[in-house]
Amino acid sequence: MNQMSQAQAVPRSIRTIPEYRGLLSWVSSVDHKQIGIMYLLGALLFLLLGLVEATLIRIQLAVPENTFLSPDSYSQIFTMHGTTMIFLVGMPLMLGLSVYFVPLMIGARDMAFPRLNAFGFWIFLFGGFLLYFSFMSGSAPLAGWFAYAPLNEKAYLFNSGQDYWVIALLLTGAGSIATAINVIVTVFTLRAPGMNFRRLPLFVWMTTINSFLILFALPALNTALVMLFADRQLDALFFVSAKGGSALLWQHYFWFFGHPEVYILILPVFGIISEVIPVFARKPIYGYGFLAGSTVAIAFLSFAVWAHHMFATGLGFPVYYVFAGASMLIAVPTGIKIFNWIATMWGGSIRFTTSMLFATAFLIQFTIGGLSGVAFAAVPIDWQLTDSYFVVAHFHYVLLGGMLFGIISGIYYWYPKMTGHFLSEKLGRAHFWLMIIGFNGTFFVMHLMGLFGMPRRVFTYPADIPYLAPMNMLSSCSAAVLMLSLLIFFANLIVSLYRGEQASDNPWEGWTLEWATSSPPPPHNFDKVPYIRNRRPLWDQLHPDLPEARLEAEHEAGGASR
Amino acid sequence: MNIPSPLIPASLQARDINFLFQIVLIISAIILLVVAGLVLYSAVRFRRRPGDPVPTQDFGNTKLEITWTVIPLLIVTVMFFLSVRTMHAVDPPPLNRPPDIQVVAHQWWWEFSYPESGVITANELHIPIDKNLLFSVTSADVVHDFWVPQLARKIDAIPARKNFAWIAADQPGLYLGTCAEYCGVEHAWMRIRVVAQTPEEFSQWQKKQLAIPAKPTEPLAVKGYNVFMSRPCSSCHRIAGTPADKDIGPDLTHIGSRQTLAAGVFDNSPGNLEAWIADPQKFKPGCHMPDLQLEPAELTALTAYLEELQ
Ligand code: HEM
Ligand SMILES: [Cu+2]
Repeated sequence: MNQMSQAQAVPRSIRTIPEYRGLLSWVSSVDHKQIGIMYLLGALLFLLLGLVEATLIRIQLAVPENTFLSPDSYSQIFTMHGTTMIFLVGMPLMLGLSVYFVPLMIGARDMAFPRLNAFGFWIFLFGGFLLYFSFMSGSAPLAGWFAYAPLNEKAYLFNSGQDYWVIALLLTGAGSIATAINVIVTVFTLRAPGMNFRRLPLFVWMTTINSFLILFALPALNTALVMLFADRQLDALFFVSAKGGSALLWQHYFWFFGHPEVYILILPVFGIISEVIPVFARKPIYGYGFLAGSTVAIAFLSFAVWAHHMFATGLGFPVYYVFAGASMLIAVPTGIKIFNWIATMWGGSIRFTTSMLFATAFLIQFTIGGLSGVAFAAVPIDWQLTDSYFVVAHFHYVLLGGMLFGIISGIYYWYPKMTGHFLSEKLGRAHFWLMIIGFNGTFFVMHLMGLFGMPRRVFTYPADIPYLAPMNMLSSCSAAVLMLSLLIFFANLIVSLYRGEQASDNPWEGWTLEWATSSPPPPHNFDKVPYIRNRRPLWDQLHPDLPEARLEAEHEAGGASR
Repeated sequence: MNIPSPLIPASLQARDINFLFQIVLIISAIILLVVAGLVLYSAVRFRRRPGDPVPTQDFGNTKLEITWTVIPLLIVTVMFFLSVRTMHAVDPPPLNRPPDIQVVAHQWWWEFSYPESGVITANELHIPIDKNLLFSVTSADVVHDFWVPQLARKIDAIPARKNFAWIAADQPGLYLGTCAEYCGVEHAWMRIRVVAQTPEEFSQWQKKQLAIPAKPTEPLAVKGYNVFMSRPCSSCHRIAGTPADKDIGPDLTHIGSRQTLAAGVFDNSPGNLEAWIADPQKFKPGCHMPDLQLEPAELTALTAYLEELQ
């Protein structure tokens, strides 16, 4: 194959790149690859903390009327769990993969603003540590990850945990905006010659659209945070309804950010899936134009659905019509992607690596989360099930069964590129099957708990409500399996760095530009970037007898879509 | 067996919602089967076998893609209209009718009052069956949510704002509910009991609730009365016909007649009542009733007095 360029003697590994030796080279780095890896490591650290919190939650709920945690600790723990998973795990995982791979996939030397890139990472890390420092200030925040007013006000939460929460989110939010700007400028200005927007890899498409979402959504959160801080510290009254402010106003601000936020977390994953499935099915992505176009539709619509988080607040019918309609509408561009991915698998020659297994599971689990999401758009159903465990099931199917499965798929796919070593497939398979069992066992029953009347965010539930106890026990036992699977994942990440099989430059026979350079890439990324003539720049090298140009011409002649 | 489940509706509106849910459930199940079926089929059928040739390079098909866009679009359109229909059935506008019941949510208990009769009670709502009752909801502090799945939609209780919704029951019985919006540390113990009664039973209950309890005569109860009025109890609670008239905590005029204490923490029994007053923070840590440092003798007397308030 195309591995002539690889030096025969020295096995390449991220551990042996001279420029990456020593802590200082990392701490002072402006190299997008190092920053990307640090983002991922930071996110994994916080994932570990979030999992510890989830374990405590599940221990507490395993049996009814348990006294393992006090109500106060329980509230801090689920608040930290939610805040951590959204802002300190989901966001940096996605930003880390973006800053690592966007420049490589478009054939650039680095991000447009390398120092801003470093700023984005460090401010995120600082924000995360600050949030956790709140434990030492007496109390972590305990108003939940969306911290509704007026519970978030000084009158109800007087200790400084809530203030740490505000500052931490402001800092990480600023970092996300900086990185979003950086991605946009990078994609608009640093693409390899010949790579126009119709030739952009879908992962880059999705992260670019995503960056626009960040750019427009996060300021709403930051505004609300500043207002809340003014309320708490300067006795302003924005959200204090007793004195003329409005408690509901917080919800509008928060969800104007919050709903785009969940798309912010999932769009890059759509990008990962759109890279992984074609390579392992050895077929081009089915309906590139549809996938990119429907993502633009999602981006616009995601700003018109925020009040579906507020159907129980009594906003009135006209509001319900608009937001129910838009919420159902947004399900369409989201849902049809599933069919594009299935069509990509259809008729392919699919290699079930661990990465592909996770991508396949993503398709089904994300569909379950999506379907329960549509149910919530039907306003009367929301009137019963919102804020119940049905919601907890719904968003874990989206965030864990969807987002995290997709990201893990991406990590198995790209780890060889990033480190020069394969992740162990043996551990990978154990990880996969245990995670499937653990995840579905933990969260599928939560739909039923919600349907049996269990509200979310309760530190306990009455022993005399039938069925709740066995369902919670099942969920907690499965959670143990889930934790085990993730421990195997962490072990795999560490062990494979030292023992992992040596990876070639293009081990999966991928066709986007990141596979055109060595594994791991040299600090300057590419010796030479080829002129880009189509969407699969490396295809022709792999299949000289089936040149992409001819395939494309045949396809155009067939009159089908592109 | 009381299961607070929207799948076991006991009112017209809860049935309407359940019907919509069943339809959506069936549609979703079909979609899931199709998707999972296609994924698993292609995973098995198209897995790579040694010596496989390069598969046909298929870039897409506009007609097919339009088809699988239009079909979901039709499905959600149908769902939208079904939802609108159900919304109107479940939540008709109140049209300036005064509410039959006023609900005020507090951290972490419920205040229920009936403006017409003047009855005030807490955590345990009584309603006559077969009558569609309008209730208003607001909050005295943070956002809460009134949720009795078998009888009504859930509706938020928001400070400085009044929401309205309807509640009804078509069978006498006990229906469980709870606060459904996180409202602080004791959110779990903000449970609701709705006792649906025949109209006769209901008016009897109402009459009893309106009766002003007789002054205690038995010596222990008299002592309890004095403790109540001289200790901090009366600075938060109300007992009709006595100087205690505050509404910071639940109304205790007929506390002896209620089924549970502290919004569901435990059954209402003399032992539990005494234990609660002795140390509320032990049973509901974080709640707004302080530890009152009462002597054991005072506790016994108080319990005797409160038990008389039937
Ligand atoms: C590994 C396993 C996990 C388990 C066992 C778990 C369990 C739970 C449970 C039981 C709750 C509800 C707590 C309550 O309502 O009292 C919860 C809340 C939540 N989880 Fe997880 N979770 C896990 C992973 C994740 C992941 C990966 C994410 C996102 C990336 C996530 C995001 C959230 C969020 C946003 C909340 C809401 C917190 C709030 O109500 O403020 N969780 N989790
Ligand atoms: Cu509440």
